[in-house]
Amino acid sequence: MKKFNMQSLNIRGVKAIYLFEMARLRRTLFQSIASPVISTLLYFVVFGSAIGSRIEQVDGITYAQFIVPGLLMLSLLTHSTSNASFGIYFPKFTGTIYEVLSAPISYLEIVMGYVGAAASKSIILGVIILVTSAFFVDLQIAHPFWMVFFLLMTSITFALLGFIIGIWADNFEKLQVIPLLVITPLTFLGGTFYSLDMLPPFWQTVSLFNPVVYLISGFRWSFYEMADVNISVSVFMIFFFLFSCLGVVWWIFRTGYNIKQ
Amino acid sequence: MQTILSIKNLTKTYGEDFTALNDVSLEIRKGEIFALLGPNGAGKTTLISTICGIVNPSGGTVTVDGHDIITNYRAARAMIGLVPQELTTDSFETVWDTVSFTRGLFGKKRDNALVSKILKDLSLYDKKDNKIMTLSGGMKRRVLIAKALSHEPRILFLDEPTAGVDVELRKDMWAVVRGLQQSGVTIILTTHYIEEAEEMADRVGIISKGEIILVEDKATLMAKLGKKHLTLELCEKLETVPDTLKGYDLSLSDDGFSLVYQYDSTGKTTGITGLLDKLKGENIAFRDLSTGQRSLEDIFVGLVKGGEG
Repeated sequence: MKKFNMQSLNIRGVKAIYLFEMARLRRTLFQSIASPVISTLLYFVVFGSAIGSRIEQVDGITYAQFIVPGLLMLSLLTHSTSNASFGIYFPKFTGTIYEVLSAPISYLEIVMGYVGAAASKSIILGVIILVTSAFFVDLQIAHPFWMVFFLLMTSITFALLGFIIGIWADNFEKLQVIPLLVITPLTFLGGTFYSLDMLPPFWQTVSLFNPVVYLISGFRWSFYEMADVNISVSVFMIFFFLFSCLGVVWWIFRTGYNIKQ
Repeated sequence: MQTILSIKNLTKTYGEDFTALNDVSLEIRKGEIFALLGPNGAGKTTLISTICGIVNPSGGTVTVDGHDIITNYRAARAMIGLVPQELTTDSFETVWDTVSFTRGLFGKKRDNALVSKILKDLSLYDKKDNKIMTLSGGMKRRVLIAKALSHEPRILFLDEPTAGVDVELRKDMWAVVRGLQQSGVTIILTTHYIEEAEEMADRVGIISKGEIILVEDKATLMAKLGKKHLTLELCEKLETVPDTLKGYDLSLSDDGFSLVYQYDSTGKTTGITGLLDKLKGENIAFRDLSTGQRSLEDIFVGLVKGGEG
């Protein structure tokens, strides 16, 4: 029998956390999948059909087509963040975090388990929304590789952000503050429902300080080859967010901030 | 006997004001049951949490079978199972899933036969598909023990395992703990129930204000510090102890009908024969007599309060 090398990666530990978190998705299928899908469909009905029918085409595509990447990104950002934040906050709240902290599992592996599961959930949700939207609009994906790239990177990055929020939060209110008061407004103001060209010059400049603009722009480019900012800037920004979040997570575990006395 | 857990000069401070563990040094022998006694806030849980990796130490070293808990934490933690003091369990998971989860977390391959055996040993098997939230407090405690055992630890920490558990279940747990010891598991338990330490432990450690103030074999401790007493039930009321008996460590009960003599059972002579002779000389008759020994609780209270024990 092959002896388990304790110095190697604890893959089974990562898998245990991952499957534990994914089991919550199965238990809360309506809340996790059906509810956000219905919300997104409502956006399609309200913005795509009701309002969109009164808006002319945007750079050669219908308004309903235009908002698909933005709605997907809205869903990815909010659910990656909330899934990961809840995933790590809940064991802190119940006290079961002791088990993870006392297990032979590294910080990297803990993050891989929780963030991997949160990202997976939002990717599953994103794919479902994407397929659903195909029933409402004539969907085109000009650059499938880049579409998948943005889908994965955004999910992982914002799951990392959610993980940080979950560590930082010491009550359920704090858990909701960043997603509700920061991420959702930034997403709505980040070009989900409009192109930056539609804004006056001053607000176009202000929008460039909104990091979500770069994500939505890059994602929309992968669908329709239309972007508010250069694709290379979007790629740079997503890596910048990723490494920023990784840096904070590294600091959290190094200091034990809010997780280890 | 071989040492399996070595703690040297372990310190844990919170800020500049509070020292939870102060230069704690302790060695735990392989295969023993070690009972750690101490009042609330003495540092018992902090000590366990530090060894298990939940609390960062401020100073000192801890090795588990030679593996440092910081530099070689994987090997060290893999050997340790922890049953926490609080009933910290998931609510929505089933018993089976939560026990299997812990095994996976510790890097162990799925083993349904072992998990089944653990659940059967702890009388949990018929609850294996129940959600934890539906279980009683005692059953949840068993689930925590099952989780701790799921990865086959060589050292098991039981932090007040029978707190809030009824007498029958407590005895069941004692039987489980003894069975674990027989299988070679080293057990360290903290408890408020002195009788639990008397019943279970091979050695006893007493911690107070973050310092280990005594570590001793239980039997030696009982013999060394366990003074005995002889109680004489008198036929007639006695107002005071006669001067001729002043040389004996005697005390008279409030009602004057009981005379209690404290003596050291490990000494060359106990003085009982001489005392009885003198009582006869004073015409003090008694209708009954009994002897007793101080419990571990008496010793514990004496030590923590700074007495001579």
